[in-house]
Order: sequence, then C-alpha cells, then structure tokens
Amino acid sequence: MQMPQPDAGVLANKPRIAARLRAALGPRGVIDDPIELRAYECDGLSAYRCPPLCAVLPASTEQVAAVMKICHEEGVPVVPRGAGTSLAGGALPTADAVLLGVARMNRVLETDYDNRFIRVEAGRTNLSVTGAVEQDGFFYAPDPSSQLACAIAGNIAMNSGGAHCLKYGVTTNNLMGVTMVMADGEVVEIGGAHLDAGGLDLLGLVCGSEGQLGVVTEATLRILAKPEGARPVLIGYNSAEVAGACVSDIIKSGILPVAIEYMDRLVIKAADAHVGANYPDCEALLIVEVEGSDAEIDDQLGRIVKIAKRHNPVEIRESGSAAEAARIWQGRKTAFGAMGQINDYMCLDGTIPVSRLPEVLRRIGEMGAEVGLQVGNVFHAGDGNMHPLILYDANKPGDLEKTEALGAEILKLCVAVGGCLTGEHGVGVEKRDIMPSQYAEADLEIQMQVKDVFDPDWGLNPAKVFPLDASAGRRG
Amino acid sequence: MTVTTESALAEAIAGAQGPLRVRGGGTRDIGRPTAGDLLKVAITGVELYEPAALTLVVGAGTPLAEVTTLLAGEGQRLAFEPMDHRVLLGTEGVPTIGGVVAANVSGPRRIQAGAARDHALGMRFVDGAGRVLKNGGRVMKNVTGYDLVKLLAGSWGTLGVITELSLKVQAVPETEATLIVRGLALEQGVSALARALGSPYDVTGAAHLGFDGGTTLVRIEGLQGMVDHRAGALLEDGFAGWERIDAAASAALWADVRDVAPFAGSDRPVWRVSLKPTDAPGFAAALEAAGLSHRGIFDWGGGLAWLELETTAQDAGAATVRAALAAVGGHATLVRGAPEVRSSIDVFQPQSAPVTALTRALKQKFDPRGVLNPGLMGV
Repeated sequence: MQMPQPDAGVLANKPRIAARLRAALGPRGVIDDPIELRAYECDGLSAYRCPPLCAVLPASTEQVAAVMKICHEEGVPVVPRGAGTSLAGGALPTADAVLLGVARMNRVLETDYDNRFIRVEAGRTNLSVTGAVEQDGFFYAPDPSSQLACAIAGNIAMNSGGAHCLKYGVTTNNLMGVTMVMADGEVVEIGGAHLDAGGLDLLGLVCGSEGQLGVVTEATLRILAKPEGARPVLIGYNSAEVAGACVSDIIKSGILPVAIEYMDRLVIKAADAHVGANYPDCEALLIVEVEGSDAEIDDQLGRIVKIAKRHNPVEIRESGSAAEAARIWQGRKTAFGAMGQINDYMCLDGTIPVSRLPEVLRRIGEMGAEVGLQVGNVFHAGDGNMHPLILYDANKPGDLEKTEALGAEILKLCVAVGGCLTGEHGVGVEKRDIMPSQYAEADLEIQMQVKDVFDPDWGLNPAKVFPLDASAGRRG
Repeated sequence: MTVTTESALAEAIAGAQGPLRVRGGGTRDIGRPTAGDLLKVAITGVELYEPAALTLVVGAGTPLAEVTTLLAGEGQRLAFEPMDHRVLLGTEGVPTIGGVVAANVSGPRRIQAGAARDHALGMRFVDGAGRVLKNGGRVMKNVTGYDLVKLLAGSWGTLGVITELSLKVQAVPETEATLIVRGLALEQGVSALARALGSPYDVTGAAHLGFDGGTTLVRIEGLQGMVDHRAGALLEDGFAGWERIDAAASAALWADVRDVAPFAGSDRPVWRVSLKPTDAPGFAAALEAAGLSHRGIFDWGGGLAWLELETTAQDAGAATVRAALAAVGGHATLVRGAPEVRSSIDVFQPQSAPVTALTRALKQKFDPRGVLNPGLMGV
C-alpha cells in the first residue's frame, strides 16, 4: 500500500502545531506523545499502520472548528475518525496528519418522538442511539455489525448499512441533517428536522463522502417505532443455485423480509465450532427474518416456508420463541468472530445483482482454488451485498499480498457482473486504486471536482477514495 | 430541440451557444422561468427489468405511465408515489421518469418508504460541458465513491441532464385501508397523525386536509391479515370512532392527496412547505395572524404543508410565508404561481450563505458555461 510522502515542513513544525492545538483544546484534547499515538495508528484494516503527527479529541463543534482553522492555516492534513472501526482504512493516518477523533462528542442533544427524530453528537455509537430511545419503543434502523463500537460520524462518512437495510435502507435514507465543519473551519448546517432539501441535496452528497468534504459533528437521525415483534426462519439447501433461486422467489412474492442472510458451508462449520450454532449440514444456509405481530409473522413465515419447500430444502427450522430466534441468529452474528478463530481473514464487501449470486459464488470458489486460498461467504443475500472472507496466514510471507490480489480480482468480478466494489464499508485506502475498474476517468474527475469545491486544498483525508496517481496533482 | 440519444444530447449541450431550457415531459413548470432554447429529453426504453432483484433500468425520457404499467404487470410499483403535477398546475404533456427524479418528486409514502432520491440507485447524465458521466449503479447497496445520484436528484436539470436511471422498485402490497375522521382542528389532526406514525403499525400515509371542517387520514398497507390487525389495533387504541375505508376507495383518497387535487383548477398561489410536523399548526396560525388566508393540505404527518393562498400580493405571499417559516425552520417553494411572480421572487427557499456558496461552486464545476436551466433554482 502506497501512501503519500509526508510533508517535511509539517513534520518540522510539529511542536508549534501541537502547541497551537493545545491552546485551543486544552491539555486533555491533544495527544502528541509517540507511545500514546500508537492507539491511533490504524483502524479496523489493521494490516496498515502509521501514527499521525498528533491526535486531537475535541469536545464540541466549536473546538472542531478551531482545530480545522489551525490545520488549514498550517497546511496540515486532517484525518477524521469516528470509532476507528473502518474495514477499508478510512481512518488510516499519514505521518504528517492531525487525527481528529470525535469520540468525546457523544451526547444526545434532542429527542423528539412526535416528530420521530433524535439529534446527537457524531461521536455517539450507533447502538447507543437506539439505546437512548428504545425504552420508549423507538429505534435507529441502520445496524452495521460493528454497531456496538462504531460511531455515527463514521456511519455517515461511509454511508453504513447493516443486516436490516433490505427494509429500512442505509444511513443516507435515515439521515435528516448534519452540522459540519468545513476544511477552513467554517460551520455549516445542512438539513434538519424537516424532510428533503430546500436547494441542492448536499446532505445526500456529504453522506458517504468518507470524511473528505467536511467533519460532521452533529447529526439529526430518523427514528422509527419498533415493530411488535420479529422472528427468523432458517432454511438449508444443498446448492448455492437453489438458495439463490429461493431468495429470488421470496422477493418476487411481494413479502418484504427485514433481512435475508446467507452463509456457506465453510462459515456454517466455523459458526458451529465457535458457538455450537447447531446449523444443518448443508452448502447454503438462509436466515430470513420478518416483523409484525405474532399472527402477522406466522402469516409471512408460512408463505416463505411454502416457497422454500418448493426448492427441496435440506432443513427448515422455524423459531417458536425468542430463545429459538436468538439461537438461529447467534451463529450468523458471531460468524466473523468464528472465522477469525480459525484463521486470519480479509473481508470483502462487493455488491452484485442478486440474480448473479450462484454464478459469482462459484467463480469465487474457483478463483480461490487457483491461488490456493479458501474463501468463506457470509452476506446480505436480499440486497446482493457479499462479504467473501479470504482465509490466509498473516505470518506467512507473501500471503497478505496474494490475498489482496485475489480480493481485488473478486471485486472486479462484482463490477463485471453489474455490481460495485463496495456495498457498505467504503473505499478508504483499501479499494482506492481499483476505482478505475468501476468508474471511467471522467466519472472520477467529476467526483474530485466536488472535493475541490468543499476542500480546495485537499487537506481532508486526502489519500483516500481516489487512486493516488489520479489525485496526485490536486494533493500538491 | 428533441433528443432521443445520449450522444445527441451530449452534442447538443457541448455545442450550445446560449442557455438551454432542459425538460422531460414539460409538466412541471416550476421555478424561475428561464430563457433559452428548449432541449427536450426523449431518450426512452427499458434497458433492464429484474423483478426478483427489485431493479429497473430505464431511459430518462420514458413516460412515467409506461414505467408504472410495466411494473404493475409484475405486481410492483415505485414506492415513493410520485405526484402528477398536471393536476395542480393544469399543465399538459407526458411526465417522464427522468423529470420525476430531476425534481425529486415524491408523494404521501415518502414518510415511510423514502423520497425519489432514495430509490435512485444510479444514473447516467450529461453535464453542462457535454461530458457523459455515470454514478452509482444498479445494486441496492453501493458506497463506491461520492453519491452524485442524490446531488442530481432534485437539481432540476441545473447540474446535469439525466439520460438513464436505475431505480429500486417495490412489490405492491396485497391491500390497503385508510382510517378517516372528520372535524379535527389542525393541531388535533397533526397530533393524531403523530400518534399513528409513532405506533408499531408501519403507517404509510398520514395527512390532514385543513378545510371543509377538516379531514384526517391514516393509511395502512400490507397483507390482508396484517391490514386487518393493524387497522383494528388503531381503532381500538386512540382512534375510536374513525371510519375504515378499504382497497380502491382508499387508493383514490391518497391519489388526491398525492396530486394536491383539492387545489386544482384555480390560479391562486400554492406553496409547498417542508417543516417539522408539529410546527405546522403554529406556522399556519402565524400566516393567518399576518393576514394571509389559506387552505392547507398537511401531508407527511404535518411535515409537508401545501398552502393555497388567498392573496393578490405581488410576491404571492413570499415574504410572509418565509418570515413565518424562519421562526420554526424548514423550506418553502412556490409551486404554482404566475410566471411574472416567479421571475421576481425566490421560488426556491434561499439558503444560508455557506450553502449558497457551495451551491454556486458546484454549479460552476458541473456547468461552467451556465447553459443548463440557469437561474431556475435561483442560484
């Protein structure tokens, strides 16, 4: 992974820059000790590490604005960080960058049930947004699997999804407004407690812009009344083709499950070994969840089971109780951890049209075999968002490079069948250099021109999203 | 000029010597009237329709009616329920799917299912320099690069001209029902709608018609058993005495709300105001207090106020509407107004200084010569 050469001038000015930041934030708000900075050297893509020049932990929008102003004046790049759970290296620092963490900004600012929104500081974790409203029967819908740890700031930067977005959409569909600090320190309000934009939809542009257009410090989020209940059914098949056909038939039938999850044999076995999930012995396992009252759930699951039976399942396991439902979900929810126990792995995130699932799964298996790497698959089948897990040995020289090369080929396959490089994790540094496989030069140029508008000096998270050579002229 | 291919469109824009009036079907005559040659986008045809993937890819000039007929054939629909502006504006022509997205036109279901912009998965478009560009794709989840699809949706052809759209579609539910009550004042109506929307019953329509004594409507959609259960639960808990209207009769009620049909057939100014739902009663009262009589349709639980004004003011009430709105926050657009009025006021809500600066700079990047609908949105 290539990163830009750090700016020697900035490195030389570290004492002055740190002193200015400390004057603005107080001693608790600035970290410049090399040992302490190690905590910020990477995010969830831990194969790449680089301690930043210093890290700042502002406590308010005003303090973020002060930091941005100082960094703008000093010509210091800023890398924003939510909770550091990015799997794409979205919060990977460079040696000459100030790492701006919003973790101290985690308050709930306003809760309004009549108008169904909550306003929070952006450092608040995803799950604790729901935590703030669930006692009153509400929830915040986007649920990335890192939701216990990940911050709303990062969710907005990456437009995070989750298991339940088949019904409820992703972050951008649940975001109503933001307070954002621009690269030069100016504070701008976009959207609010009302719906849609009065002018251009800048909110839709900011969401998913990977911290390159501004630093979001506060967010107004749509909250929803919790459904009466939810229950899954587990369906096992002996081939990916048949499981894929079943998914298609369920969607076509008009039932809208909140989730359709898929696991292949490798992952099923790992989940079994890890938490004793007791899943059926099969090639492809589906977990389909629906919501409503007990009678409504029975009605919908009855229809789903009828469809599933037409495809000769190995097993159908319905959940009669909350405990049984939890058991069905447990293996899926811990699948990534289970895979981590058996091996190092790299998690991909391409999306494909659901009609191409069987073909793509077969090709992924073949491509892995060609280079001697095993690939497990666990993903959101309802929306085609795949998460191939390539198993490798981090201690074996050359294995990581081989894995990355296979990963890039799999993602290019996703694009080739009509899909995209990333469904919910973001581009970050990880997929930056394969962006040209999805977008032509002009398509990337117009996106970079958008960054020119918001951040003319390219000081915000500059070495991400766009191929390094494509952005070289702009980064100076 | 009418263009039927993307390359002809790119050529027409690249070769433009002055401003162009970009239109789809020309049924949404909204915004500041702009000068220039007419450029009508008639790039039609279905590229791809995969009902099992809930995905449709279609030429932007395809008539909306063709799209809805095609989808209905597979028991599907556009979930965001786009309004037909011909009813309110008395315009003629054939609405296109590109026009729907370019204007981000949504209907009552927007509160539950999202707006047009939420269902646009990807697009091809031609910018003001004549560059053919694409963004997004045809899959449900896609965070690859910046989301220019959202930016183009609702930009009224001022940044680029959409040539092809990928849309997320939805299965038509088995049935629907509306609970309806008459005689509630606006404040009571909005409060009842808030209770319905705060219930676990996945309400897909919540509107209050603030005239003829007041009519308040709540819509439930789904499987027959689900609709029965949910409507029954509401009628038992807090909605006693409301009448239940089913299926086709229910759908007809919502088509009228969607198209703002009660205000059809007049040339009185009509404003579209987006605000926090519970602010609607106070906002309406402030207009009355300022001497601006009006009839109101309050959709989206109160968060979308359609106001038909009784006024002869030169500005169609703009100053009063915007002053009352400033107290609570939101945005107001003059949707129906005489061209000379629309030429003299801000038809779209004026934005804050930093947002205006960003808007200008984006326009400059996407349309450096200023040929695409210049001034239509005010900036």
